[in-house]
Amino acid sequence: MIRRETWQAWALLLPALLLLVAFTHWPAVATLIDSLYTTPRGSRPPRFIGLENFASLLDDRVFWTALRNNFIYAAATIPASVILALLMALAVNTALPGRPLLRMAYFTPTMLPMIAVANIWLFFFTPDYGLFDQVAGLFGLGRHNWLGDSATALPAMIVVAVWKEAGFFMIFYLAALQAMPPDLREAADLEGSSRWNFFRRVTLPLLMPTTLFVLVNAVINAFRLVDHVVVMTRGGPDNATTLLLYYIYETGFRFWDTAMAATLTVVLLVLLAALAWLQFGVLGRRVHYR
Amino acid sequence: MTRTQLPTRVLEILGAWVLGIIWVLPLLYAVWTAFHPAAYATSFTPDAPLTLANFARAWEAAPFARYFLNTTILVTLILVAQFVLCTPAAFAFARMEFPGRDTVFAIVLLQLMVMPDVLLVGNYRSMASLGLVDTILAIALPYLGSAFGIFLLRQTFRMVPQELDDAARLEGSSLMGRLWRVYVPLAKPTYIAYGLVSVSYHWNNFLWPLVITNSVTTRPLTVGLSVFASTDQGIDWSIITAATLMTSAPLLLAFLLFQRQFVQSFMRAGIR
Repeated sequence: MIRRETWQAWALLLPALLLLVAFTHWPAVATLIDSLYTTPRGSRPPRFIGLENFASLLDDRVFWTALRNNFIYAAATIPASVILALLMALAVNTALPGRPLLRMAYFTPTMLPMIAVANIWLFFFTPDYGLFDQVAGLFGLGRHNWLGDSATALPAMIVVAVWKEAGFFMIFYLAALQAMPPDLREAADLEGSSRWNFFRRVTLPLLMPTTLFVLVNAVINAFRLVDHVVVMTRGGPDNATTLLLYYIYETGFRFWDTAMAATLTVVLLVLLAALAWLQFGVLGRRVHYR
Repeated sequence: MTRTQLPTRVLEILGAWVLGIIWVLPLLYAVWTAFHPAAYATSFTPDAPLTLANFARAWEAAPFARYFLNTTILVTLILVAQFVLCTPAAFAFARMEFPGRDTVFAIVLLQLMVMPDVLLVGNYRSMASLGLVDTILAIALPYLGSAFGIFLLRQTFRMVPQELDDAARLEGSSLMGRLWRVYVPLAKPTYIAYGLVSVSYHWNNFLWPLVITNSVTTRPLTVGLSVFASTDQGIDWSIITAATLMTSAPLLLAFLLFQRQFVQSFMRAGIR
């Protein structure tokens, strides 16, 4: 005999759970299955080929480029936006002339759609007319096609992402800083501890849970958000800005090679799982919770 | 800050402001371009004439009114469905005992990492087999059962004093009655926070809507804007920036008006 409460609980859970499983867990499993078959073309049904898709991925030059690009992008975007966010929060947390205005300046990009951000920066990076070239012109530097040159295209994407995200992460640091008891600072003052020492020994460790939270979000975003690539470069020039999810989009919805797109998605999911494990397993243990 | 030396402090303030100016510069630049004739797009003379012509031309050049309607329908649909679906689920996880609760909760939380945004291929195939490709419902469906919402509300419901629940139970309130009259009213700040996060997320979402829609009657603003900017306009930056500001304006204005509320909501949603 099943208890009444159990029945009630499942009734409450079921609607949300069904949707969640149908559109998150099931597509993840279906993607894994699809990656073991060929892409159906016309009247030809999908055929089971085992791990052949993964094998051909190993020979895919663009895949390796996308993977490398994504790691460079993540390795630059994550620390830059997190450190800037911390600096912004520290700045806005002190008595400062024009503090509300400054906080607003930092946070506003967060409210814009990435697609709008991309349009604005596209204009910024335009050769000759764009602000970048105008400023460079003041210093006597010639025109530069920032997005058309494979050496500067990925850094340009990184700049855009950092601009968009730093203010968002600032909010969480700010919340944590404001929750810190002021007597800590007073005690440190009495002991004659220097500001830098206080920051390193007290503030930073107390901010560790926030840092972990921000890092998890930053990592996910580095692999999840490719809107600006779609608008600004379409992965070009010569795949210099192709990130993993953009390559999935291109393979699946421009070339309609669904099996390869599924294979790529599996790689991305494994990557995200490994990163989550790394963060919670390794970093999580070093976090000091109050 | 008693011990800080004055020159250091001045440098810090200066640094904070330089960063702030760099941060608003792109936006100011866009505002300048959108409100001036194309000839002044990159020449910043104080006597440049102001104009709304760029907005008018952008508005006429693409069905933005329809896109606004689509986005509004989408965002409302998602918000209402998320509230209705996540509330009972969160309550079950927060205040009910049943076998397998922790396992099911862990399965739900998986979505925080494996987000629907990444599952383009799998979800497209599901929508195709349901015959829902190119509908607003298809844009919304993957986000309706929201692990984030369930988690957030569960945390809030757990904070509700058990005595209030017991009192309502003694008065003969049913399960749904207690949920509706005790828990939901007390969780109002969380609903506001979750609502703001959800609305701004889906107002701005792009890649999944881009994949699943292909007509004017379903496209949300973000996709409409990208279609407009890439095909129709060539490189008339004044019109493109006007369209860009136009599509971001409702959210941006709401943020500027209710800044404190927004910031606190994002904080509330983030503290776990």
